Parts: sequence; C-alpha cells; structure tokens
Amino acid sequence: MALRAEGETAGPVEPSERTPGKAARPGRTGRILAVESADVEFVGITKEFHDLTAVDDLNLKVEAGEFFSLLGPSGCGKTTSLRMLGGFEEPTRGRILLGGQDVTNLPPYRRDVNTVFQSYALFPHLNVFENVAFGLRRRRFDRAEIRRRVSEMLEIVDLPNYEKRQSSQLSGGQQQRVALARALVNEPKVLLLDEPMSALDAKLRRQMQIELKRIQAQVGITFLYVTHDQEEAMTMSNRLAVMWHGRIEGMGSPKDVYDNPTTEFVASFLGASNLLPGTIESSAADVVRVAVAGGATMHVPPQRVSRLETSDDVKVGVRPEKIGIVERGSDVPATHNAITGRVVVSTFTGVGNQYIVETAIGVNITVYAQNIGHQSAPRSGDEVILTWPVEHTFTVAPLPTSVEINETEGD
Amino acid sequence: MVPLAFMLSLSLKTCDPATGACVMKWHWGEFPSEISLYHQEFITSLYFAAASTIVDLIVSFPIAYWIAFYGGRRKNFFLLMLLVPFFVSFVIRTIVWEFVLANNGVVLGTLKHLHLLPSGFHVLGTGYAVMAGLAYNYLPFTALPLYVALERIDRRVLEAAYDLYATRRAGFLRVILPLTVPGIFAAFLLTFIPMFGDYVNQEILGGTSNTMIGTVIQNQFLVNFDFAGGASLSAILLVIALVGIYLYARLLGSRTIEQYL
Repeated sequence: MALRAEGETAGPVEPSERTPGKAARPGRTGRILAVESADVEFVGITKEFHDLTAVDDLNLKVEAGEFFSLLGPSGCGKTTSLRMLGGFEEPTRGRILLGGQDVTNLPPYRRDVNTVFQSYALFPHLNVFENVAFGLRRRRFDRAEIRRRVSEMLEIVDLPNYEKRQSSQLSGGQQQRVALARALVNEPKVLLLDEPMSALDAKLRRQMQIELKRIQAQVGITFLYVTHDQEEAMTMSNRLAVMWHGRIEGMGSPKDVYDNPTTEFVASFLGASNLLPGTIESSAADVVRVAVAGGATMHVPPQRVSRLETSDDVKVGVRPEKIGIVERGSDVPATHNAITGRVVVSTFTGVGNQYIVETAIGVNITVYAQNIGHQSAPRSGDEVILTWPVEHTFTVAPLPTSVEINETEGD
Repeated sequence: MVPLAFMLSLSLKTCDPATGACVMKWHWGEFPSEISLYHQEFITSLYFAAASTIVDLIVSFPIAYWIAFYGGRRKNFFLLMLLVPFFVSFVIRTIVWEFVLANNGVVLGTLKHLHLLPSGFHVLGTGYAVMAGLAYNYLPFTALPLYVALERIDRRVLEAAYDLYATRRAGFLRVILPLTVPGIFAAFLLTFIPMFGDYVNQEILGGTSNTMIGTVIQNQFLVNFDFAGGASLSAILLVIALVGIYLYARLLGSRTIEQYL
C-alpha cells in the first residue's frame, strides 16, 4: 500500500460540522506521517548499575532516516542504550542528542521518540483502537483526527477493521503490528525497536522483517533497532554496530562489518570466521606477511589489517564461503593464500556442501562450497588444499585468551 | 453448606420461644416483619460499613501502591508488618482499640492535656468509634487485594504509557487505576460484606446507641431466642452479599474473583 497523499482520507469520515484536524500543533493537519525524522547522537554515554558498567563510553551517530541496528549478545549494553534514548534509564555520564537537541534529562513523555517493546506491552484494558490512539489522546488531538490517523495506521500495518478487538484476542504477530502502529502513529522522530521479533516464530519473523523494512521505507522515520540476531540485523539495516561488554566493537554497513571485521569478537559474532593465530612478519605498502603457526605465511592487504598497537600477534581470518577446496597437489595461484588439511566432516546441505577441514596446526577450518560444480565433492578423509584470494584475507586483534565469546541469545 | 441450609430453612420455620422447638411452616412473613422492625439497623449498618470501607480504600491504596511499586526486595517484610497486628484475635484487638480511644486514653488524654480538645470530648460510644474500629479491623482485607492488583501490573505497560506521552498523572489515571479496578472491587466486597454483619465493634466501641444489624441478629439468637427472626435477618444479609458478588461477576468477569480470594 502506498503512503496516502495529503488530503486523501481512509475509512469512514464522520459527517459533522466539526472542523477536522484541529491539531494540537501547527503544521500537523492533513497528512498522516510527516516525514520529520531526526538524527541521534550518543556522546560519551556511560551507564553504571552499582558495580556493573552496562554501557562504556558509547559514541555513536545515527543519521536521519536510517535503519540502524545495535547488535550483540545478551548483556552487551544494546538494550540499555536504547532505554537511555527512550528516557527509561538515565546515563551516568554523557549526553544524548536528538536532532541536535540535548534530551539527556528529559522524561520519556517529553521526547519525540516512541518504542516498540520486546513484549509489545500493549494496554490489556484497552482495545486495539484505544491502544493505538493512546499517544494521540495524551497529546489532545482532535477526535476526528485521532480516528483518521488510527485507521490509516492500522491499514499501514495491515490490520484494518481490528479496532474493536481486545489485545488479548490477537496473535503474537498481530500484537506486534499493533505495538508498531501504536508507536508510529505519533510520528516520532526516531522509532526505537527493542528485539521486536524475539517472541515470533521463525516463519513469521521472516515475514515481519520484510514488512518492517517496507514500513520503514514508506514512513521514512529513523529506526533504531536492537537485536541479538546477526542475520536479522544484516538483512534489515542500512548500518549496524556490533556491541560487546558495553562497547562498540565494529560499526558500518552490514557488508563492511561482515567483510572487514576489526576485532575477533566481530569476526566470530557476525557470521562465521576461520581464525588462525599468527605473528606479523613484515609490512610493506602492498602486502602484509603474517606467519601462522605451522610455518605457512599468509598475505593480507594492508588496509584489512587491524591489530593491537602493542603487539605483532594477530589472528588471520577468512570467511567460510570465500574458501576454495582442491585436491592435494593442485596448483595454487600466486594471488591466493593456501593451507593444507584433511577433511573430517563433509555435509551436503542442498545449496552447497559444508566441510570441516583439520589443518596441520590443529585449527579446524569451516568451508562452505556452493552447489554449482560438476566435479565430485571431497569426502571425509581426503587430503586437500584450501585456497582463497589474498583480498579476502583479514587480520583482527586477538582477544585475551581468558575471554570467552558468549553467544547466548536473548536478554 | 449444612449450617447454611439449616439457617435458610430455619428462617421459614415458626419457633416457640418458650421451648425453642421450631416447626416448618413456610412462613415467608418473617422477612417483611423483620425488615420493618429493624430497617433502621440495616441503614445504620449500611452507613457504617460503607463509610469504613471507603476510609479503608483511601488509607490502604497508598500503602499497597507504595509496597507494590517501591517495596523492592523488602515487599514481603512490609506486607508482614501490615499483617502482624491481625495475628491477634479480633475481639482482643477491638478491646485494645477501646483503650486507645478511651476518654482519658493515649490519644484523647494527650490531646486534652494539650488543651487541643475540650475535656468533655469523647469518641467511645459514638458511631465514629464504631467506624474507626471497623476500618482498623478490616484494613488488611482492603490492602491485600489492592496490593495484588497493583503488583500484577506489568511495569513495561506503564513504561509504554510514559513513552506514549503520558505524564505520571496520566499514567496513574489511564493505566494503573483502570488495571486496579478489579482489585478495588474485590477489596470492597471483602471488606464491606463482613463489616455489614459485624457486631463486635458495635458492642465494644459503640455503647448502647448505633445498633448494627449484626448485633440484632446476635440478640435474636442468644438473647431473645427468636431463631426464625435471626435466621431471616441472616438470610437477608446473605442475599445482599450475593447481589454484590453477582454484580462483580457481571461487571468484571467471574474469573477475576478467583485471583483475589
């Protein structure tokens, strides 16, 4: 459904003398969604709970109209960051700017942002219409205006004629749409979404992702989306930030962050990575040589090298789908890195094959090969060479060995 | 159920005051005659019970609200504090209350000593003493259902209200209060109905005036040996209680009753 043009109305219009759209604010009459999104800036935001630092010196700018995701495992500080923007938590230090205006100390009801809560948090004593109308009523919009906006919004979220239903009579997906409508109908400058898909089953989730993306494109409002689902974040966002322990570990477009992870955490949390411990041998303008355990040397493009300033220890990484798998003894092009190994697991997945290859240095490497070839796939036990283009090789700073990456889901 | 059935059948029997023997005569006339005799006591009871229930609602709402929202980890401790006085027998508590309200007791004596009250001022023996006693004795029956209702409110729903431009006042009026309505009604029923039939407070604190219907029933049974009359009055009380519960079920659904009992 296309966004309605100004002046057009949806649903039955009350035949009354009352002037429609005597709105509380000037310039708010007529259209349903004034595209007036704003940018968001977190400046040195820190949030401490007793002895726990939930968010640690967060600096982040979300551009107006952007679909931005905060991605990370549970307890990484993503939800706390969102709640500080919503006004439900006060930062210990730092400032939050909304459209350039400092909102750090404003209560939630004085901020032009609205939230879709994880559990939807619909008002159980109100029907769908009153749930959606809640924000408009608080801002004392005209009755006819409220009716018009609510029914238009319910059409946008694909729930027309659901006005009279009680929220308890709705399915999870429908409740989610009501929660979305209830927030969007207020034309917030930024919409905050706190894991809105986590209560939906996989199929519905896929469908709602597409729906949400469509609605965002349609209304043009800045979306700040919190999720622990890396695939969801990559599918939907213009840009995303990967958070861990209250800090941003990597930020950029999904492709950027995926292809160019800067830390070991990002490399493992966002998709799968094969990481080989190594030491930088030499740095030239065109290539960096890294000696990995077992004697092999990997070539890495200098712009894809990130490491700690204090040490030459790095981890060399490559994504599983970038790797080619060939028989032992085949020629390796000079533009490729290579490592030998033995296939331990070979799985056919339909769209391709997944291999786990044990290398001489004890690290298992995962390989995804697409199902496009004619040659017979290697079987477990086969000796193989893994090769991949130098340009797809990256290095990340290794984590301290004591730190475990915890990928537990949910908050 | 057996005593109840016995009582209901008794209300239709005719008894001999001398022997106490009762014979079933399907005598419905007992009801109108009792009502015409004691309608004043019904009205007094209604007035005392209603006023005391309202006092209890007003007093216990902030207490229940505070414990539910700000009690933190000590919620159970605060609830216990609220209940501790009620581990003592009902009659004893009321007698202690009599000492508290005595003409030269802790409260009035002190106020009189400070010349804040004239020396002839008294509370005991008035309707106010009865209402104070009723309000005191039934406070937990109001506070607990209110607490349960407030405690059950999903804090995220309240956050959603603030997010949707509700001020704290609007959040209270539009979300907390409507979601507490079943609890308020349950508190009202649990307090009002037993207060209506209460006689202990009136006996101990009310002196000879302000007779409540509970006292009448007690006298019918134990003093006048008018079993049929007492049973009829009890049956009338029962009907009033059932009407209240019926209204509750119609307005708020029968399922919500179970949650508070």
